[in-house]
Amino acid sequence: MSLSKTIEDTTVELLKIAATELPEEYTHEIERLSSEMKGDVGKSQLKAILENVEIARKNSWPICQDTGVVNFFVKIGDDFPIKSKLKEILYNATRRATIEIPLRPNSVDMLKGNTNDNTAEPYIPTINFELTSGNELEIIAMPKGGGSSNVAAHRMLKPGLGMRGVKNFVIEAVANAGSLGCPPYFVGVGVGGNEDICMLLAKKALLKPFKVRNSNPKIGSIEDELLGKINLLGIGAMGLGEGPTALDLHIELAARHPASLPVGVVISCWAFRHAKAIVKPNGDVIIKKSS
Amino acid sequence: MEYYLQTPIPKTEVKKLKVGDVIYITGIIVTARDEAHKKALEFNEMGKKLPIDFKGLGVFHCGPIMRKTSKGWVTVAAGPTTSDRMEIFEDKFIEAFQPAVLIGKGGMGDNTGKACQKYACVYTAFTGGAALLAAKRIESVKDVFWLEELGMPECLWVYEVNDFGPLIVTIDTHGENLTTKVANGVRLRRDKIMEEMK
Repeated sequence: MSLSKTIEDTTVELLKIAATELPEEYTHEIERLSSEMKGDVGKSQLKAILENVEIARKNSWPICQDTGVVNFFVKIGDDFPIKSKLKEILYNATRRATIEIPLRPNSVDMLKGNTNDNTAEPYIPTINFELTSGNELEIIAMPKGGGSSNVAAHRMLKPGLGMRGVKNFVIEAVANAGSLGCPPYFVGVGVGGNEDICMLLAKKALLKPFKVRNSNPKIGSIEDELLGKINLLGIGAMGLGEGPTALDLHIELAARHPASLPVGVVISCWAFRHAKAIVKPNGDVIIKKSS
Repeated sequence: MEYYLQTPIPKTEVKKLKVGDVIYITGIIVTARDEAHKKALEFNEMGKKLPIDFKGLGVFHCGPIMRKTSKGWVTVAAGPTTSDRMEIFEDKFIEAFQPAVLIGKGGMGDNTGKACQKYACVYTAFTGGAALLAAKRIESVKDVFWLEELGMPECLWVYEVNDFGPLIVTIDTHGENLTTKVANGVRLRRDKIMEEMK
């Protein structure tokens, strides 16, 4: 089999895993929180989530009808033989996945309407390419629903407000998201860079290992603090006022202009769906389901 | 309280429901989200008849995944979408078409609340993302309208459902709105947290 075909098949598989299998560590955390919490309404929501996740896993059916817009994060090793052709391969895989899984057709061309195959030039699917050393290709597929994407937030803060301003903005963003994006949430925060980089960082922050704090202890403790405070807001499961509001939060940093303090907040619904694969030049593939 | 309701649901039954009640619907529910609301209201303005009469039925804020088989349409996944997007025209929709129950997630605002009170309609929440639990309660796809024009997520899917739920009433006909109540509490706690933060 050609390497192009291997990459395409692997990508279809990643999309299938992401759409149908919630990473187990998230399921376990929801189970734990469900057993600890009080309140029948909130509990009923977590119970429904867990039942739904189980049906999806058993039957390989999509967890949610909003199978999202596909985001790909791709790292290309210097010595990996396929480079610019990857875009076409990822587009083809997305079209195939739309039929084979199936995914809901979610790509709307601004002038022509729904293209019905989850691809539409430019930017759907969204692909983020990074060049790295080595000879491997890494692909992360992350389909993201519209409801939780609609509650993303961005602001260029005055640098004088410092980390306190950042923290306040994160609390405000999640409070504003309220019931709208299917809580309990995963929260990604990007600080620094510029007006677009902070949003990309916030999205990438979502993908950091579950419950593992930032390697910088100061930032790690801010992650803990913010997660704790968000869970005091009382939004609750599905915004009904009971149970957890957020499951995890990560912060990513970038350097900035002295006059700017950009902050981005990207939120995922409880159904945070993603899967990763490493492809080697000889066609060997390693798939990773957890964070 | 728990209620099992059969469509078309009479207004007297709808008025019994209170915020926090859990209901299950048997009968007909119809999907309608942004585009379908817009189009239905345009029809109404032009005096054109809709392909389906919503009176006493459930309106489901949902853009499902459907699969066409040799035996017809099958519902793969059909959870609720964020209802708040329909807040801009839901009051007009309720007035024009008199549905009994709205089904969605995330709650709705004051305009919808007022229309619910005036025309005897309730808003109910189904667990967001629980698309397969919802699909399990759909017995059959009775009809589909506007598919060609609006596409799979936006068109009107007419579902025959059996004990569709649990649906939590978050807007009733007595002026209560659970989502607004929770949001007010969140705002107060947000302000307190922000004030205390160093």
